[in-house]
Amino acid sequence: MLKSWKVRIGLSILTFFVLLAVLGPVIGGDPRANDISSISQPPSAHHLFGTTQFGQDVLAQTVAGARGSMLVGILAAAIGTLIAILVGVPAGYFGGAVDNGLNFFTNLFLVMPVLPLILIVAGYVQGTGPFVIALIIGLFGWSGGARTLRAQSLSLSSRDFVLAMRMIGEPHRRLIFFEVLPHLTGWISAMFLHGMIGGVMAEAGLAFLGITDSGSISWGTMIQAAQQQSAVLRGLWWWFVPPGLCIALIGTAATLVNFGVDEISNPKLRQARRSVVVRARKVVEA
Amino acid sequence: MSQPVLEARAVSKHFPAGRSTVRAVEDATLALQPGRIVALVGESGSGKTTLARLLARFYPPTSGEIRLHGETVKGKPRAYYSDVQLIFQDPFGSLNPLHRVRYNLERAVKLHHAVRSRAELDQKVTELLERVSLTPTEQYLDKFPHELSGGQRQRVVIARALAVEPKVLLGDEPISMLDVSIRLEMLNLLDRLRTEDGLALLYITHDIASARYLCDDIVVMYAGRMVEGGLKEDVIANPLHPYTQLLIDSSPDPERRDRPNLFDAEDLGEPPSLIDPPAGCRFHPRCPFAMNKCRTETPPRTELPEGRWTHCWLQENA
Repeated sequence: MLKSWKVRIGLSILTFFVLLAVLGPVIGGDPRANDISSISQPPSAHHLFGTTQFGQDVLAQTVAGARGSMLVGILAAAIGTLIAILVGVPAGYFGGAVDNGLNFFTNLFLVMPVLPLILIVAGYVQGTGPFVIALIIGLFGWSGGARTLRAQSLSLSSRDFVLAMRMIGEPHRRLIFFEVLPHLTGWISAMFLHGMIGGVMAEAGLAFLGITDSGSISWGTMIQAAQQQSAVLRGLWWWFVPPGLCIALIGTAATLVNFGVDEISNPKLRQARRSVVVRARKVVEA
Repeated sequence: MSQPVLEARAVSKHFPAGRSTVRAVEDATLALQPGRIVALVGESGSGKTTLARLLARFYPPTSGEIRLHGETVKGKPRAYYSDVQLIFQDPFGSLNPLHRVRYNLERAVKLHHAVRSRAELDQKVTELLERVSLTPTEQYLDKFPHELSGGQRQRVVIARALAVEPKVLLGDEPISMLDVSIRLEMLNLLDRLRTEDGLALLYITHDIASARYLCDDIVVMYAGRMVEGGLKEDVIANPLHPYTQLLIDSSPDPERRDRPNLFDAEDLGEPPSLIDPPAGCRFHPRCPFAMNKCRTETPPRTELPEGRWTHCWLQENA
């Protein structure tokens, strides 16, 4: 998997952002410090990414925002994937009444208008920090994944090796987690990466709509602040481009890694190696 | 004859298929005795596998009952599985590709025996591999299924079933997916298990020759119904039901060359659909001896001397 250039690039971008999120407070300056001497200044030697309307350093804010956005993205993906596994796999494995119940539940979440619901829930919950936002995004974003896992485990559960272990007397719990689930790792990791992109985007979207706590710093709140101060009209591009670019980069990186995961579960997608192509050409020419 | 360990009494299994019903097994009766091997013979689609899966309790019978040690089985199948084990046809599908040989055997041992220590567990697993002749055992313990040949996998599958220490082993065409060169070894292994452990074995096959080699009794199925049964010598040497004659005629046998074939291979026809099986005897559309009665009434079981029985109006009226 690591041989593919897509996976390598994707993983290195993701690693970079994770490191940024972890080490952010050490390398970046204080994102809240106001430098009165330079307000709304374009990138310069002193402020590499320029400054905001309030004289805050955009670079320091972008670095600090990585922590907020990545935290929400990873946490939301983890919550969503976990629920998808816990609902989807038993539904497919047991079938019958269990499947009907869980599937009904999944369909309910699938057709729910998520955005208005998030707005309402976020409105009720006081203090929408990154954890609450991640929880909300995860809780409302698992249903598609659960459907996929249900379909997969439905077909896996009737395979001979599951029936054979059941005949040995293996309990359902172990059949699900030790016989069926390991075959789904490709799907689950793809789901997690998808969830992470979704989480980062959803956080940015919610922040842009002003749902999140404006005191916390994330890429979403940066873009929202830029919008509120009409940065676009005033040409302060250095204020909103860095956070926007970071979101796009994370999305690209996760998608690139996903290609690699897809190639594992579906060998037909695999690119032929150069040596194979050369050999094939020789055969055709001969 | 001793008391049967596992019995199927007049079991039927119907599967819903859209608006219609597939009558996969109808009114099947079968008894397995300790130390005896019963071969269940029939062509594909005759209900052999369905009957094996009914006996393995993968699904409940539509009607009839299954008896273990003379008692009707019901409720959770956990206890049932410590007496009855099934060996699947496909050794490539019945081992999880992600688990090592060791894992499969250790799970089976742990679930059915109180094993205290690591050493005891290792010893049990080694014994199992030795019983199925996978030696030296340490060479196989940590292999993944894809590193083994078909025959070796089937041995692992048998070892896993034996770890439970069952009384009955159901073999659902256990050698049909193996190379011809190792089939005989596998048959000898099954035979050894029967003699040494007194297992009751059901050997499902479409291959009369292997049934003749291994088993004591033969039961013939056609289109979901049992047509004939008895000691293997009797059934093969003197088949009573026209379908059994057809089945035996269609397997090659150099000694039988002089006997004229009963059937003209050209107009044999196909086995019937199980959604809408023929009324009366299910074999009547293909039977050269079919009478009017055969087309309307299902032939009852005719008991003959020495445990022979058949479902055929020819024998019933004789």
